[in-house]
Amino acid sequence: MGQVRQFFEQRDVLEVDTPTLARAGVTDLYLENLTSRLAAGADGQPMTLHLQTSPEFALKRLIAQHHIDVYQLSHVFRDDEIGRFHNPEFSLLEWYRLGLDTQQLIQEISELLTETTAAPPVQALSYQQAFIHYCEADPLTADGIAAIHQQLLARDDTQQWMQQESDTDTILQVAFNLLVEPRLDEKTPIAITNFPASQAALAQLSEDDPRVAHRFEIYYQGVELANGYKELTDATAQQQRFEHDNRRRQEQGKPVKQLDFALIEALKHGLPDCSGVALGFDRLLMIALGAKHIKEVLPFSIESC
Amino acid sequence: MANYSTNEFKGGLKIMQDGEPCSIVENEMVKPGKGQAFNRVKIRKLISGKVVEKTFKSGESVEGADVIELELAYLYNDGEFWHFMNNETFEQVPADAKAVADAEKWLVEQDVCTLTLWEGNPINVQPPNFVELEVTETDPGLKGDTAGTGGKPATLSTGAVVRVPLFVQIGEVIKVDTRSGEYVSRVQK
Repeated sequence: MGQVRQFFEQRDVLEVDTPTLARAGVTDLYLENLTSRLAAGADGQPMTLHLQTSPEFALKRLIAQHHIDVYQLSHVFRDDEIGRFHNPEFSLLEWYRLGLDTQQLIQEISELLTETTAAPPVQALSYQQAFIHYCEADPLTADGIAAIHQQLLARDDTQQWMQQESDTDTILQVAFNLLVEPRLDEKTPIAITNFPASQAALAQLSEDDPRVAHRFEIYYQGVELANGYKELTDATAQQQRFEHDNRRRQEQGKPVKQLDFALIEALKHGLPDCSGVALGFDRLLMIALGAKHIKEVLPFSIESC
Repeated sequence: MANYSTNEFKGGLKIMQDGEPCSIVENEMVKPGKGQAFNRVKIRKLISGKVVEKTFKSGESVEGADVIELELAYLYNDGEFWHFMNNETFEQVPADAKAVADAEKWLVEQDVCTLTLWEGNPINVQPPNFVELEVTETDPGLKGDTAGTGGKPATLSTGAVVRVPLFVQIGEVIKVDTRSGEYVSRVQK
């Protein structure tokens, strides 16, 4: 922790601490907030508060207001996530850099990894190239996606599920997890860049190729370590993505979420061009200490909290 | 039979897969930061004994298997069925050759075995880890030779053949590990 704080101090990135509880949660299809109930809010009415899955919305509001580089190292909460690399309450290191593009931010992550885990420099590989290299199929074309689907259908362990699966992003995500990720060089941190536009989350789409977004993930030693974007700054587009998420939630029978209008207002006010990344701090500790299970780096995991 | 959701998965849970009752050996949740979560599960098919890997989309539910395990004492073989008895209720359960399979050569009367029942029918018989059996046939060899050159084969009262040290003689009772089929020691009568 000391090392991380020093790293940002040297780079003039301000440490901030935004609230864990907020009115709105996250619309992301695959994230669920834990919630808490307040007997009486400021207006005397009971209210439901969402424990944040990441400080992203609050940090963006701060940046829109103050135009500064910020980082936060804090606990975040995600429902339904328990496993070797997951604890429902965990630590996230999230930071934003004004004026940097994803490539420059990846360079900064590379420096952080070298300082904290003696990792070699991060190597970048595009999502498309990764699939072409490991699956001989292009994930950005319909033919390629069909070929990737075929590869999953040919596997005994995924056949049953894949026969019923038609969602392109789910097929790609499962294929990435089972066919690409295990084959990445574990000794080198790898940045998978330019995710498909359909998995843009809160990233800007690429100006050169609208099929992809300025979103990347960092993989190191078999661990998904970080997820970053060149941040979407367009308030209208942001609202549309939230609404799109909610429509898909409805289709899948998941609860529809209240939109974070405070974030949309902040974007209307103006979020400066910036890139940001969220890095699993416990996973960084696991790598630094050679731990095999997240429990080894938590004082008390969910089983003993 | 109840259905189980993937978040109820844990080692030992019995589910149906490919029309066969299975037991979960290992369950690992995979959850990309942004993306569909799934469970990678190792399951043992209880009839064929095969261990296979499967992935399930998280939140999906899977049919449970009506499988129970009972501790029953072996009674006798009538030529077609091997009969077992619950020592508390005295209820008897017959198991066919398919269920008994390789366990046949380790069945000793009164020994308590673990029977796996699917919808009330035995599908597997697990003998105790150690059984004591009499040697009915073995090369007399040289008495007192303990040099241990890999021993010699010995046929036991159930027909099982195990390798024993050279000093073991016909009529002696030996203890055998049924999991490895290896000789453990001689037993004083």
